[in-house]
Amino acid sequence: MISFELTEEQELIRDTLNGFARDELAPKAREADESATIAEDIIASGWELGLATTQIPEAYGGAGGDRSPLTNAIILEELGYGCASLATAIMAPTAFIQPLIDFGTEAQKQQYLPLFTGSEFHGASLALQEPQFTFDPVDMRTTAERQGDNWRLNGTKTLIPLGDRASHFLVIARTGPERGLSHIDAFIVARDSAGLTISASTGTQGLHALPMSTLQLDNVQVSADNRLGGDAGIDGRRLINTLRVGAAALSVGVSNAATSYAIPYAQEREAFGEVIGKKQSIAFMLADMYSEVQCMRWMVWQAASALEQRQDATKATTLARNYTNRRALKVVDDALQVFGGHGFIRDLPLEMWLRNVRTLTVLEGPIAA
Amino acid sequence: MIDFTVSEADQKILEQIIAEGRAGEKYTRYYEDNEDEILPEKFAEADDFPSLLKQFATRSPEDTPAATFQMLVIMYRNITAGVTLRQGRGALGNAALSAAGTAEQKAKWGNTILAMSITEPGAGSDTKAITSTAKQDGDEWILNGDKIFVTTGIRCEGVVVWATTDKNLGRAGIKSFVVMKDTPGFDILRKEKKLGIRNSDTAAYSFRDCRIPKENVLGYQPDATANKKAADDGYKGVLKTFNMTRPGVAAGGVGNALGAFKFGSEALADEGIEVDWEAGVHHRTAVQDKLIEIEADNEAAKLSVLRAAWLADKGLSNNVEASISKAKGGEVCRTGPQRIMDLLGGMSVSHDHLVEKFMRDGRISDIYEGTGQIQRLIIARNILELSSAELS
Repeated sequence: MISFELTEEQELIRDTLNGFARDELAPKAREADESATIAEDIIASGWELGLATTQIPEAYGGAGGDRSPLTNAIILEELGYGCASLATAIMAPTAFIQPLIDFGTEAQKQQYLPLFTGSEFHGASLALQEPQFTFDPVDMRTTAERQGDNWRLNGTKTLIPLGDRASHFLVIARTGPERGLSHIDAFIVARDSAGLTISASTGTQGLHALPMSTLQLDNVQVSADNRLGGDAGIDGRRLINTLRVGAAALSVGVSNAATSYAIPYAQEREAFGEVIGKKQSIAFMLADMYSEVQCMRWMVWQAASALEQRQDATKATTLARNYTNRRALKVVDDALQVFGGHGFIRDLPLEMWLRNVRTLTVLEGPIAA
Repeated sequence: MIDFTVSEADQKILEQIIAEGRAGEKYTRYYEDNEDEILPEKFAEADDFPSLLKQFATRSPEDTPAATFQMLVIMYRNITAGVTLRQGRGALGNAALSAAGTAEQKAKWGNTILAMSITEPGAGSDTKAITSTAKQDGDEWILNGDKIFVTTGIRCEGVVVWATTDKNLGRAGIKSFVVMKDTPGFDILRKEKKLGIRNSDTAAYSFRDCRIPKENVLGYQPDATANKKAADDGYKGVLKTFNMTRPGVAAGGVGNALGAFKFGSEALADEGIEVDWEAGVHHRTAVQDKLIEIEADNEAAKLSVLRAAWLADKGLSNNVEASISKAKGGEVCRTGPQRIMDLLGGMSVSHDHLVEKFMRDGRISDIYEGTGQIQRLIIARNILELSSAELS
C-alpha cells in the first residue's frame, strides 16, 4: 500500500533532530571544517541522543528500537542538513553496528554489541574504500584467504572515518575470484591485531572535519569466529545498499540546507533595482532545487523501504544513488551560483556544502542506514 | 508507515489495464494515419475486459488511497500505446462543472460530456489575455470570439467557455459559460492536426453572436450579489481543480516515459543487453549507464506524482506539489522517450514499431495544463513568497 506517512516515532525523531541539526551542528560546521577536527562535545551530544545505538536489541543491552533503515534515512537527512561532517562523525559507528545487527552470529552480537550501549562514545568503523582510482565494492583488492581456523587478510583500506578512535574495524574483503556484491565478506578486526598498521589519511576535499585513517593489512590473522555471519557470511548486496542509502540520505540533507539557505538570500539580495528572486533565471533555479530535494527524498525512502521490508534493494538503491548523486551535486552547485562570488568565499557555507556533497556522492560507506 | 509497494489486488488491476492497452494497439497505427476519424464509443474488444469502475468498487479502503492509485492507473494506461477501447463520458468541462456548478447545473449537465475551452490563438497560459467577449442582453449573454485547442472538442456535447465580460477587469471580468453544441452562432472550425495524441480529438471553435441563457453562467445565482460571488468562487474552483488534474496530466507523461522505457529495455534485453545491477561503475557499458539514468529519472517523476496525489488523499494542501509533479512529469515525458530512442537507434523511428509514438504523445504533457515554465513560476512564487505580479 503506497504511503508517505511517517510513524509517530519517526515524526518525533525528525522534529527533534531538525532542532539539533540547526542549533547544535550547523553553527559548529565551519570551525570543524577549517580546523579539520571534531569537537568531543559534539560526538558526546550525538551519543547522548542515542542516534547510532537505539536499534541495538535489548538482549544486548540496547534500547531495542526496531532495526529501521527508513528511520535511519530520516535521521541522516536531518543530520546532513546541519553538517555532513559532524553527522558522519556521530554516525560512524553505525557502519559497524548495523551490519552486526543484520548479519552477526549470536556470539558476535553478544561479544560486540554491548560495546556500544554505554554512556560514553565507543568508536568502531567500517573499512571499505581502497586507494586505487578503480575502486568499487564489486572489485576489491583486499583479500581474505582461509587458512585452517583463521582468515588471513591482505590489502590497504583508506578514508576510514574516525579510524583514530575505533577499537575495531569491519574490514570488507573478497574471499574468492568472483566479482560482485554477493561475493564480498566482512571481518571484525581489532585495532591491536598483528600485521595491522593504522595511519592518518591526508585530508579530503569534503567531510574535511573528519579525521580519516588508512589501514595497511599485512597477513592479519582473523579467527573464523570473526568473519561476520560466521560460515554463512553476509548478504553483501544488503551491506552495500545500506551504506549507499545512508550516504544518499545525507546528500538530501545537504541539498535541503543549501536550498533553504539560497531562498531567503534571493528574497533580499538586490541587483538591477530588484531582488534577484524576481528574476526568472534565479527563480527557476530555485524552483528546480526545491523540487529536486523532494524527488531525491522519495527515491531514498523507496530504497530504504525496500531494505526495511527485507526485499532485494539493489535496484532501488542503485536508482536512488544514481539520482541523488546527480541531483544533489546540481542543487548544491546551483545554490552556490545564486550567491555569485559570495558562494566562493569560505565565510559562507556554500563552498563547504559543495565539497561535502561531492565527497558523499563518490565515497563508499562512511555510515549506514 | 512509509511504503511503496502495490498490493496484489491492485497489481492485478494494473496488469488488466496493460492487457487492455495491448489489445488496443492493433488499432493504433490506423488512427495515427486517419486523423480525421474519431474513436468509436466502444471497440468490440472492450467486452473482454471488466470495467475499471467495477474493479475499483472491489478495492479495500485499507489499500493505497484512491487518488494515489488513480495516478498509477493513468501511468499504466500510458505504458502501452493502445487506443482507448472504451471512451469515457467525462471531459475537463465536467471537472469544472463539479467544482463550480450549482446543484441545478450539476443535475442538468452532469451526464453531458463537457469540454473546456479557454485557449485562444493569442492567449494560452496567460488567461487574462483572452479576448472572447460576453455581453449581457436581457436574460441572455452574447458570446463572440475564437477558441482553439479544445480537448474532446469534437466528441463533446457541450463546452464550458471562458469569456471576458469586461476586459478592464482582467481576471475578475472572466466568467465561464456552458454552451451546448447545437446553439446557433457556435461553430466547430476544425479538428486540429497534432504531433501526438492524435486519437484525442482537439477542436477549434468560433462564436459569432452566440446567444445563451443567463442560467448558463457556471455557478449562476438569481440574486445579483450572490451571483458575483458565485462567479468569483467559480473561477477559483476551476483553478483548484488543477491541483488534481495536474498530477493526473503528469501521470500521463510519466506513463509515456515508462512505456518507452519498457519497450526499449525489453527490445535491448532481446538482444542480450541488460543492466547488471551488480556490475559496478567500471564494468557497465554506456548503454547500461543510460538505462539506469533514464529509469532513475522516470522513477523520481513517478514518485513526485504519487506524492502530490497522496497529499490530496490525505486532505492536505498540494498546490506546490501538484506543480512539482507536473514539472517533473513534463521533464521525463520529453527526455525519457527521446533518450530511449538514442539507445534503439535508427529503427526506433520506424512505423513498424510504436516506440516513436511515446515520444510524440508524451511531448504534450509539458505543455497542456500549464507548461513546465508555468509550473516553475508557481513553485517559485510559493517558496519566494512573491505574487504573480512580482514574478511573471
